[in-house]
Amino acid sequence: MSINRREFLKIAGVSTILGIGGVSAVNSLRNRVEASQISPSPEALVAKRWAMVVDMSKFKSEEDYQRCIDACHRVHNVPHITDNPKHEIKWLWKETYEHAFPGNEDEYLSEEIKHLPFLVLCNHCDNPSCVRVCPTKATFKRKSDGIVMMDMHRCIGCRFCMAACPYGARSFNYKDPRPFINEAKENLEFPTRTKGVVEKCTLCYERLAKGLKPACVEASNGALIFGDIEDPNSEVRKVLGARYSFRRRPELGTRPSVYYIF
Amino acid sequence: MLEKAIKGGSRYWVWVFFLLSVIGIGFIAYLYQFKYGLGITGMSRDVSWGIYIGQFTFLVGVAAAAVMVVLPYYLHNYKKYGRIAVLAEFLAVPSVIMCMLFIFVDMGQPLRVLNVLLHPTPNSVMFFDMVVLAGYLFLNILVGWTILGAERKEAPPPKWIKPFIYIAIAWAPSIHIVTAFLYAGLPGRHFWLTAIMAARFLASAFAAGPALIIILCLIVRRFTKFDPGKEAIQTLGKTIAYTMTLNVLFLGFEFFTAFYSQIPGHMHSFVYLYTGLHGYSQLVPIMWLSSILAVVALVMLVFPQIRKNESLLAIACMATFFSLWIDKGFGLVVGGFVPSPLEKITEYWPTLPETLITLAVWAIGFLVLTILYKIAVSIKEEVVFDKYGEKQIKAER
Repeated sequence: MSINRREFLKIAGVSTILGIGGVSAVNSLRNRVEASQISPSPEALVAKRWAMVVDMSKFKSEEDYQRCIDACHRVHNVPHITDNPKHEIKWLWKETYEHAFPGNEDEYLSEEIKHLPFLVLCNHCDNPSCVRVCPTKATFKRKSDGIVMMDMHRCIGCRFCMAACPYGARSFNYKDPRPFINEAKENLEFPTRTKGVVEKCTLCYERLAKGLKPACVEASNGALIFGDIEDPNSEVRKVLGARYSFRRRPELGTRPSVYYIF
Repeated sequence: MLEKAIKGGSRYWVWVFFLLSVIGIGFIAYLYQFKYGLGITGMSRDVSWGIYIGQFTFLVGVAAAAVMVVLPYYLHNYKKYGRIAVLAEFLAVPSVIMCMLFIFVDMGQPLRVLNVLLHPTPNSVMFFDMVVLAGYLFLNILVGWTILGAERKEAPPPKWIKPFIYIAIAWAPSIHIVTAFLYAGLPGRHFWLTAIMAARFLASAFAAGPALIIILCLIVRRFTKFDPGKEAIQTLGKTIAYTMTLNVLFLGFEFFTAFYSQIPGHMHSFVYLYTGLHGYSQLVPIMWLSSILAVVALVMLVFPQIRKNESLLAIACMATFFSLWIDKGFGLVVGGFVPSPLEKITEYWPTLPETLITLAVWAIGFLVLTILYKIAVSIKEEVVFDKYGEKQIKAER
């Protein structure tokens, strides 16, 4: 069979269009299949929007803080980088009042409060500036429960999110983090990271999916209260309704989901 | 036309091989960074952008500055710029290439660069910056190449190129406005959170870019038989006098807002940059150097008697260029990170490998610039050359 150029181009054009259509049809089908495969397990903890309340009155000793930090960093294989503080990685850490709440310190504030350590972490903002600036959607706000997620496999390491976060909650892997993870304590169920990506607290989405509360909350002996802020009967809402609470830099309009009470 | 780039004297080849060796050294440094990660740089958790992004920011301005020549030539029919319009357009090309390379070397995961296209995110200014930069690169190659090709055939430029020229003129400010928006929309970074940022960017760009064009014109005149024209250089000098004045004024506006309002967050970065904060003062000497150069440049540019002397104009242009290079290519970016949003101070200074990589990217830019200018100047030497009236002599024979 011989075809002339005109016919060849016609066939080529039509099959290209069909090809593109076919791919997109298969893609949409595949999305549906995947969606059903990862439907949440029945015991998963669900909420409209997760929030956390840090009850400072329950942090009495050094150990109270460290227990939460260790629980978080161990379960997420956060490297312990000590050779260069510039490369430090932290998801949950201590920050004194003057640094956690800059601009709020009064002139004659007692030294005790000024240097009182507060537990700080990603605020899982309702209006996150980091998500707004990410050029690849590697960091995104999960529609179902408002967690500001981090896809470390998509992140290109441009660090725009670090410039955009007003809470310093993001860390960048300036080098391979794996040599800085204690092998004996490594959690094989959570991935380690590669160099060149940004990471931060993801509110233990992997534990919530299994019906467990975040690791820090579990380790805190009630000092960290966790729940659905859009549910009027949740524990967080009850605490916030009854006691004076404050958030980090609310004037910036990011609407943080982490609250502090004294 | 490319064949013109491989015919050159010994001086040309020495320069090309010098650039290639700088590129080679920087490439080795980059391999080291590629293997180890960005930890080989001076950047940190607190200062997460450094000289790479600073250079990118500065060079977007240089790229946009071509419009200061192209606009009067095409929109106001200012004929004196006819000779240097292509030089300005061809400066934009290596500048944008350097911008892209600086972004690339700054990436933690460079092999994932296509993720920006695979997952286009219109709400990210970074995404828009990529779009406008790529568009601007395309427009300048297209326009420069087409016009030079026409000139070579001693024919008027084809009509279809006109719309592209007008689009390029409108496009030029957009690349720098979008780059300013990378900074000016971030909550918690008071130093950058200023509505005048884009205006400052444009003013400084339209001073630093033309300053470089003048320096390049003087170099071209010195080493080739092509004369870009005394009047073109003088007019461009006037442009710089105005834009540099605006730039210094705009910086003054920032100082006023910060220090008259007395809001600590707005003052901190300025205090850190110009006097040091809580004993940290690594950037103070270079920021003062930048300020002194700015004043020197301004005085030299504003008085016509000084500006009209070409050697003094060259010095004024160099002062302008280096002043803005320090201010925008370094101080502006680092200053936004110090103090951190948690009001802690971590200082930044580029490391040796980081410097070598930076130099290599500049060398790549200069290599592309050299090749493009070699082509442009070779053609102009043949076609519009009349410095010693050789065409006339030929015609008389």
